[in-house]
Amino acid sequence: MSTGCHTGDGTDPAAPPGAPRIALVGAPNSGKTSVFNGLTGLRAKTGNYPGVTVSRFVGTSRTGRHRHVIEDLPGTYGLEPVSPDERITVDVLDGRLEGARRPDALLIVVDATALERSLGFAAQVLARELPACVVVTFTDELARRQGRLDTEALAEALGVPVLPVIGHRAVGAARLREQLTTWRTWPVPAVAPPTEPAERDAWAESVLAYAGYRPPERHRITQRADAVLLHPVWGTAVFFAVMALFFQTVFTLAAPLQDRVEELFAWLSGRVDAHVGNPWLSGFLGDALIGGVGGVLVFVPQIMLLFLLLALLEGVGYMARAAFLMDRVMARFGLEGRAFVALLSSFACAIPGIMATRTLPSARDRLATMMAAPLMTCSARLPVYVLLIGLLVDPSARVGPFGAQGLVMFGLYLLGAVSAMLAAWVFKSLGDRHSRPVPFFMELPPYRLPAPRAVLVAMWSSARAFLRKCSTVIVATSVVLWLLLNLPVHTTGQLRAAGDDTADTTAVSAYTADHSYAAGLGRAVAPVFEPLGFDWRVNVGILSAQAARETFVATLGQVAAAEDPEQPEQALRAMTHSGGDRAGQPVFTAPTVAALLVYFVYALQCMATVAVLRRETGTWRWPATAFAYLTVLAWLMAYLARTVTGLLGG
Amino acid sequence: MKGTDGVFGEAGGPGTTAIGSPPLSLADLAPGTSAVVTGVLADGEPAVVRRLHDLGFTPGAVVEVVRRAPLRDPVLYRIKGCEVCLRRAQAVCVRVGEAAR
Repeated sequence: MSTGCHTGDGTDPAAPPGAPRIALVGAPNSGKTSVFNGLTGLRAKTGNYPGVTVSRFVGTSRTGRHRHVIEDLPGTYGLEPVSPDERITVDVLDGRLEGARRPDALLIVVDATALERSLGFAAQVLARELPACVVVTFTDELARRQGRLDTEALAEALGVPVLPVIGHRAVGAARLREQLTTWRTWPVPAVAPPTEPAERDAWAESVLAYAGYRPPERHRITQRADAVLLHPVWGTAVFFAVMALFFQTVFTLAAPLQDRVEELFAWLSGRVDAHVGNPWLSGFLGDALIGGVGGVLVFVPQIMLLFLLLALLEGVGYMARAAFLMDRVMARFGLEGRAFVALLSSFACAIPGIMATRTLPSARDRLATMMAAPLMTCSARLPVYVLLIGLLVDPSARVGPFGAQGLVMFGLYLLGAVSAMLAAWVFKSLGDRHSRPVPFFMELPPYRLPAPRAVLVAMWSSARAFLRKCSTVIVATSVVLWLLLNLPVHTTGQLRAAGDDTADTTAVSAYTADHSYAAGLGRAVAPVFEPLGFDWRVNVGILSAQAARETFVATLGQVAAAEDPEQPEQALRAMTHSGGDRAGQPVFTAPTVAALLVYFVYALQCMATVAVLRRETGTWRWPATAFAYLTVLAWLMAYLARTVTGLLGG
Repeated sequence: MKGTDGVFGEAGGPGTTAIGSPPLSLADLAPGTSAVVTGVLADGEPAVVRRLHDLGFTPGAVVEVVRRAPLRDPVLYRIKGCEVCLRRAQAVCVRVGEAAR
């Protein structure tokens, strides 16, 4: 789940060709990634393994003038693969993967608190007969829980060097980097450990006895927390409370931060007005750049908070619990608990969500989850929802202890989630019925306080992807839109002929917008969206949002600013249909806003998601399917929402 | 979901043993009880057997039933110091000896 929105070719950064390649192998949750980060200092490059869609993490470890290429292999419990990720680990170890050299040496990462099981894994890896060094993680936790391990004796018993590192904070990474320089001296065990399970157990037992291993006491905090968090009643209640509080927090905590950002852009806008004389340039800077992009950047605090909370829940270990609680529900829809985790990450962004499906052992499950992921409410929908809910619900309205706005937001998240489950179920049922079901198993790691740095890094890498999108796709769409809205240029004569008072800037702006190229475009697609109650301005917003959802906010901001540069907020509320059957009626009536909200719940308006679907499935068939079914569904459900809201409102 | 039928039919992968009659599986144990694993048996699915072995369900290992999920499936087990959850379909593959409180 920690997969970010990275792309790259997976080649080695800043490492001389021919530098020794050292691979990290270990079970999931063994602290492998922290060891990798400790060695490479987060200067890792990510990409895909050739020919498959499994992400590859490669970095360089520097010690003096030594350079070592470190490769973080996908985590696995054993060398009999059950998922595409695990197959990669085995193929790389055996030198069977084309385009990837067999590693020169191995770092086997084992968790000190689960050494009995980890040694079974280490035995299988040592039997591959590559020079190896064992890294023991979570040694501090072992000591805290009254366990004991003599790492020197363990090294003697295993016949390979053993290095302890502390917890997941990569303390001991410097010694480990030192150790890397001696990789040529790492032995291949003279006698390979047995691989038959009963013999392997006996071997592990004798090794542990020699190393004076005392297993840790049970993790009391985990036991106590799970007694509540996995309780049939309390656990379920806490689960829903966490979800609901999540959104309330995002709204209430983010609001003051958001005001600061808003003030900053208002100030910038003021500077532009005061210092830029040319009305075209001032309009371009104020409306297209500051108004358009600023309108989206205002949501950065909210999005950062969302990513922060997700990173915290993941880091603490609650995500695995959520998967455990939800597995049975997921099974109803033909999926499993891990698919829930992938869908949950899609709350932040569908891209990491789609990439997280890589942990699903079943190809059918994976495809079904990928088709459903775009329905989960991603952070790009957040700005749109905030804007539209603001038009629909009074901010002071309350239902019990909750704000009504927050509840509507929660309802939209729920609608997206339920729809995603149903979509997954349909795709799973339609899929290949002959493939064998893949066994389900999942480890619940102990609750751990995540390293603050790891949480911040996870939050920042996600937020960076959002900011990058703002600075490219959204700036470009915003600029194009501004041009479309302000062209063609009208002469004073034309304005007079239309009966406008040329001294009234608001009237002139409104006339220009109403007769712009954008209006022509919006009116051209009007027959499609007319039944949903959208006017040309909303249509333009929807068309521009096809690239990225947030652009809708920027577009409406621009349209409103074009109509009334002084009070865009007011202009939006007061906006009326400029033609057709509904001429003169307000645009943003409750049924129309409801239809718009529901349209955004379903439509696949994100080019980045389409591109990732193409990359992950290796064919255009799936992104095309997703795009088609989601767009049709969006229209139908929006129509339904409009009808129902119309009936309710009388 | 896979039933218990057929599990006893034929020997599965390596390390399979079936002791006692009637044989108990992990799925028969109540939360709070412990038992010793006697073998793993999955009809024609050697990958399941090997994965359960890798997770620690090897003959002689002590397994404790920690708790059921609120909707009764999956069930959380403690094995070799780790907490691992399995669905009923996989739990029936793990044969265990007499249960003990």
